[in-house]
Amino acid sequence: MTDSSFLIHPAWLRATHWLNALAVVIMTMSGWRIYNASPLFDFKFAKAITLGGWLGGAIQWHFAAMWLLAANGLVYLVCNVATWRLARKFFPLSPRAIVADLLAASRGHLSHADPRQYNAVQRAAYLCVIADAVLLVLSGLVLWKSVQFPLLRELLGGYEAARRVHFFAMAALVAFVMVHLAMVALVPRTLLAMIRGR
Amino acid sequence: MIEKSPRLAAIDGDAVVKEALRRIEQPSRRLFLQRSLTLGGLSLLTGCAIVDENSVERALMKVSRFNDRVQGWLFDPKQLAPSYPESMITRPFPFNAYYDEDEIREVDADSYRLEVTGMVADRHAWTLAELQALPQTDQVTRHICVEGWSAIGKWGGVNFASFLARVGADTSAKYIGFKCADDYYTSIDMPTALHPQTLLSLSYDGQPLPPRYGFPMKLRMPTKLGYKNPKHIQAIFVTNTYPGGYWEDQGYNWFGGS
Repeated sequence: MTDSSFLIHPAWLRATHWLNALAVVIMTMSGWRIYNASPLFDFKFAKAITLGGWLGGAIQWHFAAMWLLAANGLVYLVCNVATWRLARKFFPLSPRAIVADLLAASRGHLSHADPRQYNAVQRAAYLCVIADAVLLVLSGLVLWKSVQFPLLRELLGGYEAARRVHFFAMAALVAFVMVHLAMVALVPRTLLAMIRGR
Repeated sequence: MIEKSPRLAAIDGDAVVKEALRRIEQPSRRLFLQRSLTLGGLSLLTGCAIVDENSVERALMKVSRFNDRVQGWLFDPKQLAPSYPESMITRPFPFNAYYDEDEIREVDADSYRLEVTGMVADRHAWTLAELQALPQTDQVTRHICVEGWSAIGKWGGVNFASFLARVGADTSAKYIGFKCADDYYTSIDMPTALHPQTLLSLSYDGQPLPPRYGFPMKLRMPTKLGYKNPKHIQAIFVTNTYPGGYWEDQGYNWFGGS
């Protein structure tokens, strides 16, 4: 058996994963500073966890990191589809399998023996976060250029609705990251796998 | 550092899940996660600071210039911003400027002159009456602020493209600059200046433009963010030299398109 047969994550996946992590940290922290300039709800994000210092600085970070997020995301999606990884890793997926694996997980019967194999809950979670990231980019495009993307704007219910979509898609992403980090903390070898590939 | 639980080795399922829930619920755990996130952000910043803080700012500025070009390319001169029924006008329409409401400048209507200079054939200064005598049009459009909020208002005035044609502006020039009575200044690209919804606005909601909205005249562009719409305009100049702007010189994106 060669080393490559132990490969859990190929190099392109690890590279896009960490570049995406960097982009998401910059986008989220600068986004929170932009949110603070005109809060949608009755709270603000603590300044210490925001990026950019002031609105103008935060926007510069946000609209610079968006290129990294979008370009890296495109590379990820194209590689994922072209290498058949998306089909192999995330499918088949059925609601019944998700429920079964959720129940198994709640009883502690879910095995992590083969890290190359995602269970149904993982498959659903990763697919949802990919869809969420796409929604974040699309709603972000409407906020950035609402006049230039009329179809997208109307699909999202107009500029003001797009603000809310963007906010809740961010909240879903942050919730995913929290669970993701908790899981990595529980099974630390997944962190090594994402760094070394094995 | 990630603490390794000895229970994991034995894979006692119930215990693992219980432990996970306990840790997530533990305030210290949550704080640790929060802090590690913040630390990530901080290390980014300090990492940059060690290199050179100015080089980061320069790099961000460069991307902002690149974003100007992308927006210029995205801008469709025929794409209209949506317009709304008058019933949807935001009342009261919010006041916004780089100063507070008690510092609004009062411009004297009788002595007011609009200076038009630079690459134009007719350099005469316009009185308010002359501007009011030009054909007027109005629009109910959404004003979008760089802060994120938006409000719908009704502006009336002179189509800017026809004004530029009237003064014989060289429309091959790159920029049009504006200087205002409140010491604000900004500049826009020629394609946006010629957009059918770009208006030299003299009225708001059917009344002469009140001081809070920029008496006697503001530039109204539903295709650009609020800070690109100067109020109390005293001078317009057509130029190929980048004129910058009050906020733009501090780091706001120059194109500021919507």
